Amino acid sequence: MAFVSPQITALAVEATEYPDLARKYRVTGVPKSIVNDKVEILGALPEDMFVEQALSAIDN
Amino acid sequence: MGLLSPADQDKLRDAFAEMTSAVKIVFFTQTLGCDTCLQTRQIIDELPVLSDKITIDEVNLVLDVDRATQYGVDRVPALAIVGVDAQGVERDSRIRFVGTPAGYEFISLVQAVLLVGGREPAISAENRQKLAAVREPITIQVYTTPT
Repeated sequence: MAFVSPQITALAVEATEYPDLARKYRVTGVPKSIVNDKVEILGALPEDMFVEQALSAIDN
Repeated sequence: MGLLSPADQDKLRDAFAEMTSAVKIVFFTQTLGCDTCLQTRQIIDELPVLSDKITIDEVNLVLDVDRATQYGVDRVPALAIVGVDAQGVERDSRIRFVGTPAGYEFISLVQAVLLVGGREPAISAENRQKLAAVREPITIQVYTTPT
């Protein structure tokens, strides 16, 4: 997603090395995705669902 | 010495041979206070040997504040995957890896390198249109563990 859109940045974060971040975002299972610090996506979703949920972070 | 088996090295070499663009892995590290930086360097060092299109550019987070800001990196170890075209112009893919790229994350790293190296993105045309129309910044953090 980051590759095809100049507005999107994607970070893959190794949770065990950053317990402060894992705590901040309440990561208890992986994968867990956080979009713009507001939308949480648990697990590995099919592409359409993931894109839709990720974009909901900027819906007005 | 190498972390990858010869069979895996061959598979990767073949995959990387199809890349049409050079890829630079910008590796953010620091001298003190980074327990996993050495391990990360050892892992990513496996890659340039398998393709002359892959290079590593090591940046000290503390000393090179400009580049850290440019890539939005504030923790180490961190990797930024950057495409380099034939004229040497760099294109940041906005893909970052924070923490050691071990286990499944190594596969993700390889896939990111292949993507930036020219492989067709796997995203559907419809989703690509939606994403290209995005006008506000979106940051997606994906938390994983090595196993």
